[in-house]
Amino acid sequence: MSLASLAHPRQDFSYGFLDAFAKRELRRRMLKAIAIPGFQVPYASRELPIARGWGTGGLQVTLSIVSPTDTLKVIDQGADDSVNAANLRRFIARMTSVATTTDTLAATVIQSRHRVPEERLREGQVLVLQVPDPEPLRQVQPDSSRAREMHADADYAQMWLTLYEQLVRFGRFMQGASYPVLVHGRYLMSPSPIPRWDTPALHQAAHLTLLSAGREKRLYAVPPYTDVRPIEFEDVFFQVENMAGRICMLTGARNKFMDELPVAEGGSQFRLSDTGYAAKLLRRARGDAATLGATYFDDEGHFYQPGVIRAE
Amino acid sequence: MNIEPVTPQPQPHQRRLLPPRLVRQAPLLELRGLSKRYGRIVAVQGVNLELYPGETVGIVGESGSGKSTVLRMLNLEEATDTGTYHLAVPGFTGQNLFALDRFHQRQLRIQQIGIVYQQPHMGLRMQATSGGNVAERLIMAGERRFATLRRAASDALASSEFPADRIDDPPAVLSGGMQQRVQLAKAIALRPALLLLDEPTTGLDVSIQALVLDTLLRLRRERQITTLIVSHDLGVIRTLADRVLVMRHGAVVECGLTDQILDDPQHPYTQQLVSARL
Amino acid sequence: MPLLHVEDLSKNFVIHALGRTIPAFQGVSFTLEAGSLLLIRGPNGAGKSSLLRCLYRTYLPERGQALFAAADGTIDLASAADVDIALLRRTEIGHVTQFLRPRPRVTALDLVAEPLLVAGHSLAEAREAAADWLGSLGLKAAIWQAYPSTFSGGEQQKINLARAMIAPRRLLLLDEPTSALDPDARAALCSRIKTLKAAGVAMIGVFHHPEDIAGLIDVEFHVA
Repeated sequence: MSLASLAHPRQDFSYGFLDAFAKRELRRRMLKAIAIPGFQVPYASRELPIARGWGTGGLQVTLSIVSPTDTLKVIDQGADDSVNAANLRRFIARMTSVATTTDTLAATVIQSRHRVPEERLREGQVLVLQVPDPEPLRQVQPDSSRAREMHADADYAQMWLTLYEQLVRFGRFMQGASYPVLVHGRYLMSPSPIPRWDTPALHQAAHLTLLSAGREKRLYAVPPYTDVRPIEFEDVFFQVENMAGRICMLTGARNKFMDELPVAEGGSQFRLSDTGYAAKLLRRARGDAATLGATYFDDEGHFYQPGVIRAE
Repeated sequence: MNIEPVTPQPQPHQRRLLPPRLVRQAPLLELRGLSKRYGRIVAVQGVNLELYPGETVGIVGESGSGKSTVLRMLNLEEATDTGTYHLAVPGFTGQNLFALDRFHQRQLRIQQIGIVYQQPHMGLRMQATSGGNVAERLIMAGERRFATLRRAASDALASSEFPADRIDDPPAVLSGGMQQRVQLAKAIALRPALLLLDEPTTGLDVSIQALVLDTLLRLRRERQITTLIVSHDLGVIRTLADRVLVMRHGAVVECGLTDQILDDPQHPYTQQLVSARL
Repeated sequence: MPLLHVEDLSKNFVIHALGRTIPAFQGVSFTLEAGSLLLIRGPNGAGKSSLLRCLYRTYLPERGQALFAAADGTIDLASAADVDIALLRRTEIGHVTQFLRPRPRVTALDLVAEPLLVAGHSLAEAREAAADWLGSLGLKAAIWQAYPSTFSGGEQQKINLARAMIAPRRLLLLDEPTSALDPDARAALCSRIKTLKAAGVAMIGVFHHPEDIAGLIDVEFHVA
């Protein structure tokens, strides 16, 4: 028996790039975040071969939870093929030998910047959202230690004051992306800059959502089947973006979240923001096989859980 | 370090009064042995105070006498060194409010204490609308209906005689008198048990001051709200207060009915203070 | 049991800045029944007004007692708690001073009506009673809605009287109420006093010209 046979074979880097201590710390933080839905858990954000602010928070979470049996999808504003998404996907695949896909249904882990896929996620899937600013109270309380006290006291009156002011001045709620939500009736949470369209998808969702801000060193989570309520008044309701009348120029899809493309002669054309879903629609239109999942919004624009988006 | 305590001068001529007999209600507010020092500086020492339901009590004294510090402590803004503080309000009767945790102090402040500061920016969000400033109080108490907030804000502003057409103007663009009306509306919006006024008319033009005083008098009459007012303006105190405490060097040197303190002061310091009036 | 029993009441003013004590009155004792009017006589500076103020507790008596049969039990006005005195002032004891303290931007009518509002009457009732008082004292209706700070001494005196006597009281302390009044107003005041006396209100008065209320005086008391 030689000494060498007792030792692990030499590796140039750890599985999943991060060292074992980093991954263990991240997993512990994630467990805590899942145990306290919506609560921001601090963690020691590691250096990565991409710059802070380019998805390092989501990347660290993904690297800590994937295994070779997983299938990974990475999207940036709905697109699988943007430079940022492609780079992250390739890096994670090289570091973890995980399989990759653009099909939401096939993925077990989905890392996303600023979107939730159109097709409903199911139990067992994990959505990892990259977060630039985890603090929903930032706009009303710039002092982060005061903001933490406000979270501790559930002192969120200023958020409703903001809504009041918007109604008085503009007649409607003005917040677009990262619309603040109350998780499990307790913590106010920024759902990362997903459009309002995607916010209801987090409510009583079958999947696990992990949100991580690498630069701000905070992660938080929405466990499956947890209440996620956008802040609103009892007589003036939260509304998603109005997609009525917008038809995808490629697929003819309607009542999904669309990217707006200005055209030369003025006006706009629209295209599905979720490119993986659009690709499947196109395959099916050509007569090829494609399995389409149930979507959060049907073709008439109705959300799949009645009563979550309240009508005036 | 040896710190010389400032002892109140004896009042040889002041008569000892009996405990209340005709007023059968228990005091709404009872403060005992309040003391506070900042390093070597004694800000407040051994202040006792009772407020009976519906009465208005004034605290007078020159700048630095500790009168505003007492008010801030009654608003639970600052920790005390010693002292007990009781308010006979539902859910808090019998508890020393100074010993409550931050969460319960906040709940109590929202529901039961209204305050108007001399400096409007201490009590108001200057960039939010006036109506929003008042509505925030109700939001804090859990109101989530926009129409109700709107109505309650305009009712409270109306009862502090704020012009209805300016409800959506932010305090930053209002005059000093109007800003005080917004503060007052915010303070009374939830019908608190206790109203604290910290120099509410100081810095206003005399004619505006008269209007604000008139509003305060009417509110006191209509709502019978128990009020503590701090002012160095003896005219304001004479107009508003039933009783007065005179403070000097952090201690109460004399207390009595307002006209007695102003017309027949007993303590040498009070005599000096009253005669210094223009 | 008389309404008020004053025993050995004394008052001196201690002026600390001068190191002096200025005597006001010493050893005053008298008894007052409900529905009677007591006239205090004495030379200028004898402490007649000071005595009234001691009973109202604007001045703090130094010695002695003043037992008042309040509706809820007998109480010593000289040593009762401040809050008890404040309560009696709202409900049972009125003080008519020589000077009006007008507040800016408050009309004559509302100034008079105020004590009734404090007692819980409606604004309409209070204003009606105030108009009745001002009318009977002969204040021109044209100035009821004006601000009294610019009024003449006589006009201010009328407002002061009406304000002090409008709310029902069991004891009224009258400090020279007729000093600045014209003869008609004086007559009106006398008839009001008569009515109040008949209703059982006790009064203690200092009058510069006691003949103004001749026939209404039940007892006289001299201070030296």
